[in-house]
Amino acid sequence: MNVMNVDYDGLIPNNVGLNQDMRVKKALEKWHPGYINWWHDMGPEGFQQSLVYLRTAVSVDPKGWAKFDYVRMPEYKWGILLAPQVEDRRVPFGAHRGEKAWQEVPGEYRAMLRRLVVIQGDTEPASVEQQRHLGKTAPSLYDMRNLFQVNVEEGRHLWAMVYLLQKYFGADGREEAEALLQRRSGDPDTPRMLGAFNEKTPDWLSFFMFTFFTDRDGKMQLEALAQSGFDPLSRTCRFMLTEEAHHMFVGETGVGRVIERTCAAMKENGIEDPCDIDAIRKLGVIDLPTVQKKLNIHFSLTLDLFGNEISTNAANAFHAGLKGRFREDKLEDDHQLESSTYPVLRLVDGKIVRDETAALSALNMRLRDDYVTDCAAGVSRWNKIIEKYGVPFQLKLPHVAFHRHIGEFSKIKIDTEGNVLSDAEWEKRKDDFLPSSRDRDFIENLMQPEFAPGKFASWIAPPRVGIDNKPGDFEYVKIAE
Amino acid sequence: MTALVKQHLIDPAVCIRCNTCEATCPVGAVTHDANNYVVDPEKCGFCMDCVAPCPTGSINHFVMVGKPYSLDDQFSWTDLPPETETPAGDAGVAALEAVDDEAAALLDDAHKGTGGTVRAPASAAQPRINLFGRSNPAEATVAGNFRLTAADASADVRHIILDLGTTPFPVLEGQSIGVVVPGTEANGRPHALRLYSVASPRDGERPNTNNLSLTVKRVVETCGDGSVHRGLASNYLCDLQRGDRVKIVGPFGATFLMPDDPAADIVMICTGTGSAPFRGFTERRRRSMPNAKGRLYLFFGARSPQELPYFGPLQKVPKSLLDQELVFSRLPDRPKEYVQDRMRTRAADLAELLRRDTTHVYVCGLRGMESGVEAAFEQICREHAMSWQDCRTRLRDEGRFHVETY
Repeated sequence: MNVMNVDYDGLIPNNVGLNQDMRVKKALEKWHPGYINWWHDMGPEGFQQSLVYLRTAVSVDPKGWAKFDYVRMPEYKWGILLAPQVEDRRVPFGAHRGEKAWQEVPGEYRAMLRRLVVIQGDTEPASVEQQRHLGKTAPSLYDMRNLFQVNVEEGRHLWAMVYLLQKYFGADGREEAEALLQRRSGDPDTPRMLGAFNEKTPDWLSFFMFTFFTDRDGKMQLEALAQSGFDPLSRTCRFMLTEEAHHMFVGETGVGRVIERTCAAMKENGIEDPCDIDAIRKLGVIDLPTVQKKLNIHFSLTLDLFGNEISTNAANAFHAGLKGRFREDKLEDDHQLESSTYPVLRLVDGKIVRDETAALSALNMRLRDDYVTDCAAGVSRWNKIIEKYGVPFQLKLPHVAFHRHIGEFSKIKIDTEGNVLSDAEWEKRKDDFLPSSRDRDFIENLMQPEFAPGKFASWIAPPRVGIDNKPGDFEYVKIAE
Repeated sequence: MTALVKQHLIDPAVCIRCNTCEATCPVGAVTHDANNYVVDPEKCGFCMDCVAPCPTGSINHFVMVGKPYSLDDQFSWTDLPPETETPAGDAGVAALEAVDDEAAALLDDAHKGTGGTVRAPASAAQPRINLFGRSNPAEATVAGNFRLTAADASADVRHIILDLGTTPFPVLEGQSIGVVVPGTEANGRPHALRLYSVASPRDGERPNTNNLSLTVKRVVETCGDGSVHRGLASNYLCDLQRGDRVKIVGPFGATFLMPDDPAADIVMICTGTGSAPFRGFTERRRRSMPNAKGRLYLFFGARSPQELPYFGPLQKVPKSLLDQELVFSRLPDRPKEYVQDRMRTRAADLAELLRRDTTHVYVCGLRGMESGVEAAFEQICREHAMSWQDCRTRLRDEGRFHVETY
């Protein structure tokens, strides 16, 4: 079989020669019904029988991996797709730098590697669970289709991680694979492993912010794991990144279209002051200060996903050659970091200071910095839209210490500019920084569905380009009655 | 005017800087700064590997330019430069029909009759071009090969269905594909590429099938010295059996495309196999917008009904969708009539259509039909106090006049 092409004959489409690996094939076939049950229970609510215009990878070759067609989501071809193996690939960093990349799990790192795979795997079904109610308030069929595409691909990413668990981690791996289907986002007894994945995604602006900010954390983590010396993990993550790009697209253009509609409505109605919230809300659009608050909460929750600024786990994973830095292959240094330092923001005597720290233990901080740079570039493109309409307002990333629950700043209260606040001041001002209950009510009421082909809800502009070049009135979802 | 060169650009207003293209490019032609992702004109080999994985569609801009935009030019952009009438010197871009030089030359020649720089209809979908080239052709399986003309008709015109299996090969109505005939010329070179217009709509012969169809006439001509010339590609295609494998390249063509606007009126003038793209247009309308405000007008010439491709199926297309004028030049006991004659019969309707901003005109067929069609338009305009020259220029500038002849 050509490794580029995907074998669609069996139950589980794959390009890993599953037919020649009966043990793993059987294990996955045993896991499959549980997955389908999970999808029915926790996947998109109310649209399982609708025909959705989805893309499916038919090959991991660039030419063939995006084929579009109408599919019922439970019949989506979830499969196991790895990027092609690079010949003579070497461990690119850490203590084993330059050794042949591992095709099997190195015994001494087994537990560490399993944990990395499980944590990554746990986030994938979590976001599907968080977003399962959104279909019924979709602002258009186009957006609904994008939501479902993100959902099925998160499902496929779960498959990707489960394959690694089943193939390389024996009985432990099988147990972990089962557990991934048992935990539930936001469940008090069996929650998902990371905080941001137990939060609600109550509305579409949250969904767009989530795909912009939180899926971007996913992208950073996948970029770091794609560098791994454990070759199957690297190949898996490289293919996942191509899919993840669509999720970034949904988030960035989603928020951009909300902003565009707001600015256009303000201009059409002669409203100059972007903070004239009541007048703007009467137009059926979301005022920019509320967009800023949504940005604040999603950015800050996502920063927590990077873990503690100073982390021995991160140092160990790098030293072991399991998890690299963002685009490690483009960096020019010794790729071992035994003697270099990295500046880290820390809390010293109640003040935020920059501190040179051993680079190895500051890897979470470094990945977070790369993430913040990536986010800032996207925010600046949103601001270009606002500028184009001549509205005097700029969106801004809040200070990294703002509203944190993990790491250096979790014990203090800080405003969006980085000033330390007393608890009393925080209580008084928190509604200036984060969506208030009034803001939430307003957005909730605004979320009225628009299911006519080519039509969009009042608060969002149409996209500039259709998916797969489709014209504006294309019926992206054929809703089953 | 300097010779135009082709260039690959990324639309900075649509791109989200996800790095997928840079990670995919096999020759390192894509790079970025803090502002934009850009393509190095010195390095890009137009392999198209980056096109399908792009989540936004921003990658899909292939243009003709007088002088390639440098990396610094591209880094500074917030939007693509606008398309201009004649891209010369430093400014302006025009649509690129094909990256493949051989296919581009064939299409340039076919579109000459438009009389100037051609552009796509404003509401046309963005085409994909050159996803498959000679070095990496797509392989299709023949799913059907049916004779369209009567058994006793002199012309053998065939409807050939090519199934693409799991290979994505996105074509729009009006685009062409290239057929690679196996074997080599006497001098050892591969055979020249032949282009054929796709006769099926974008979603396949039947909705959502991954196939496409061609309308091919078997070329058998007796030459002056009595010898018989047999067209290499047409005979190869017409002889294909169900199940045979064929290598195809493309898709090609970025201007002779159908407007997606349901209000667009489309005048389609053709002879013989020039009907292929119009079959695609008609099917597209019928399937996706049967209640469109705009109408289709077909002027279709052949020697006789027995030699008119798709004569049978055309009888079943509702008049509300398609206004048909089938014109025959070899009917017994009838004077010869050509498409331009029938256009004159419908002069009042055509004049009315030419006055509308929603009308798009397409001419497709043998080169010989061009002068007759031009003369008919000139006369119709003259009789209705219009200038065909002005009208044609306006239509062309607005992407509403298209000629493809061979």
